[in-house]
Amino acid sequence: MTKVDIVSGVYEKVGFSKKEAVQVVETIFDLMKETLERGEKIKLSGFGNFVVRNKRARRGRNPQTGDDIEISARRILTFKPSQVLKNALNRS
Amino acid sequence: MNKAELTLQLAEKTNLTQKVAKVIVDTIFDGMRDSLVRGERIEIRGFGSFVIRNYGGYRGRNPKTGDVVSVPPKKLPFFKVGKELRERVNSGS
Repeated sequence: MTKVDIVSGVYEKVGFSKKEAVQVVETIFDLMKETLERGEKIKLSGFGNFVVRNKRARRGRNPQTGDDIEISARRILTFKPSQVLKNALNRS
Repeated sequence: MNKAELTLQLAEKTNLTQKVAKVIVDTIFDGMRDSLVRGERIEIRGFGSFVIRNYGGYRGRNPKTGDVVSVPPKKLPFFKVGKELRERVNSGS
């Protein structure tokens, strides 16, 4: 499934033009990206939570050369699937 | 932000009614869920991708009682953040 399929789903469900359906799907993902960029989490009941986490700097190793390197502090995005989604995947 | 807030923001930004905005938000995430249930991979450019990973069953132990329990095989969804979003999250305020 890609964005094209998501747009088709919206197009079939509501009486929009293809162009409007594209715009509305883009708007939703833009809103989500802006929210996560602010460090705010997104909770979608029945689907899962997107959470921004702060990682401290740590020592790592270049797996190719074995050199010690410093991995800088960073913010990462994690997804925790909801129990509803996990159950749906394992029902059959 | 939860689904209701996302719906509200979508309605404000697009001049759709909240009712229509809700139908759209539900259509999208229900569609994504159904796609994962079918075992498909989802790729949303600029956002990220979801894949299903299969885990085999194994014999585990209840850590409290020590009883042997059999853990059945399972499927779990994994999200990999896309390049654009990864960079935006890391450089965000």
